[in-house]
Amino acid sequence: MNAVFDYAAWFASLCFVLAMLLALLRMFLGPAAQDRVLALDAFYLNGMLTLLMLGIRSSSTVYFDMALLIALFGFASTIAFAKFLLSGEVIEP
Amino acid sequence: MNGMELPLWVTIPGTLLLVAGGLLTLIGALGLVRLPDFFMRMHPPTMGTTLGAGCVLIASMLVSSALEQHPVVHELLITLFIVMTAPVTAMLLMRAAVFRAQRKGDDAAPPTGAQAVARRAQDEDPLVGRPAPPDEPS
Repeated sequence: MNAVFDYAAWFASLCFVLAMLLALLRMFLGPAAQDRVLALDAFYLNGMLTLLMLGIRSSSTVYFDMALLIALFGFASTIAFAKFLLSGEVIEP
Repeated sequence: MNGMELPLWVTIPGTLLLVAGGLLTLIGALGLVRLPDFFMRMHPPTMGTTLGAGCVLIASMLVSSALEQHPVVHELLITLFIVMTAPVTAMLLMRAAVFRAQRKGDDAAPPTGAQAVARRAQDEDPLVGRPAPPDEPS
């Protein structure tokens, strides 16, 4: 039964990496700046999920902290980009 | 796995959750690449954000609980954080996109605020799909 779970874990990792590649493609050919920001958002989220899958497959808890950090910094960066697109500066005086 | 045998109540739901999460995230990324408009492209990645991440986090909780022989709920932190931050991100990005499209004079941009009220008054009733009836004096 463990073999089936291993295959499922591999499949999910592969899906997340493929999703990262697709987000990267959209980031490179997105016509407007907001497309690129949206693609970056999807990219960091899929990276976080890939790290979680690494944590599941190697059954260690180190990857969990990294995933939490990626979620935090990704949120901050997306908010900063959106604020910049909205008003031209990140922190308004 | 490091030679440790997982019990059956972890492997079956874990397998299903991992496959479902992977497929949902992949479909979301495909939509991000293939849809023609930014306002349409806004939608599909949220599938990965909510359902995909939720599935993987529940599977991770199951596996680490089974390996450590007691309930592990660390992953709820990430779930809570994502659930709290995803709407904020989407709303700010959408406002930025609408602002930029309107500044460019793009017709595809949805109208906002007073503009929307004015267009709705002069156009047609969007709920019914035909011109709104004129105001009757009461």
